[in-house]
Amino acid sequence: MWTFVHKLGSPKWSYAICGRLQPFFWVAALILLPIGTVWSLAISPPDYQMGDSYRIIYVHVPSAILAQSVFVAMALASAVFLIWKIKVADMAASVMAPFGAAMTVLGLFSGSLWGVPTWGTWWTWDARLTSMLIQLFLYIGVIALRGAFGRGDQGAKAVAVLTLVGVVNIPIIKYSVVWWNTLHQPATFSLTERPAMPASMWMPLLVMVLGFYGLFIALTLYRLRSELIRRESRARWVQALAD
Amino acid sequence: MAFDSFAAFLTMGGYAKYVWPAWGLAVLIIVGFILWARFERRQLMQALTRRQRREARPS
Repeated sequence: MWTFVHKLGSPKWSYAICGRLQPFFWVAALILLPIGTVWSLAISPPDYQMGDSYRIIYVHVPSAILAQSVFVAMALASAVFLIWKIKVADMAASVMAPFGAAMTVLGLFSGSLWGVPTWGTWWTWDARLTSMLIQLFLYIGVIALRGAFGRGDQGAKAVAVLTLVGVVNIPIIKYSVVWWNTLHQPATFSLTERPAMPASMWMPLLVMVLGFYGLFIALTLYRLRSELIRRESRARWVQALAD
Repeated sequence: MAFDSFAAFLTMGGYAKYVWPAWGLAVLIIVGFILWARFERRQLMQALTRRQRREARPS
C-alpha cells in the first residue's frame, strides 16, 4: 500500500498514470458535452412557467456544482500535501484552481442572466448568491497567493492552509438554501430524492453535469502533466521527453 | 424537437438575450481552457528543447 502511495507521489509515475487515464476522460467529455448541448437546447421541452429561459439551467447547475467540487478536490489535495508532503498533490491543487474560478464565474453569470426574466433582478444579496460570490473571492485569493510566491513550490504550504480554511464555505453554499430564507430554489439533484422535474428535463442536465466533470478531470490530468514537466524540468525523464 | 424552425430556435421563445450569452460564456470557457492547456504545453516543450540545444553546444 505504502509503496503504491510513494510511487504515485513520484513525478515520473504520476506523469505516466495521468497519461494513461487521460484519454477516457477526454472521450467522455467530448461525447457527453455535444450530446448534452443538443439535447438541452433543442430537444428537451420548454418549462411550463419559465418557457425557454429555463434552458440556462443546463449550464448554470453544472458550473455551480463544479465550482464547489473543484474546491473540495483542491482541499483534499492540499490535505494530502500537508500530511504526507507529496508535491504532486500540491501541483494538482494548483492546476485545478483556474478552472474552478471559471466555473464560479459561469455559475454567477448564468444565474444573473436567468434572474432577470424570472426574479426581475440580476442580483440580490441572498444567502446562496452571496456565498457563491465569496467562493469566487476564495478562488481568486488562492490563485493570487500562489502567484505572490512565484513559480516553484515556495508558498505551497500557505496556499494549502488557505484552501483548507476556505473549504468551510462549501457547506455554507450547499445548505444556504435550507438555513436561510432565500429566493434561490433548492438543489436540483440529491442522492435521496427524485428530481422535482420530469425525466425529459433532468436527463440532459445529468449528461451535462457528467460532461463537465469529464472535462474537468481531463483538463486537470493534462495540465498536471504540464506542471510536472515545468517543475521537474531538470530530471532525466523530462529531458528524455524533449528528444 | 422543442422548436418548429431554426428561426424559432434562435429566438428561444423570446429569451434569446438571456439564454445565448449564458451558453456563449460556457462555450468560451470550455474551448478557451482546452486551447490554453495546449498552448501552455507547447510553450513548455519548446523551452525545454531550446535549453537542451543550448546546453548541448560545446562552449
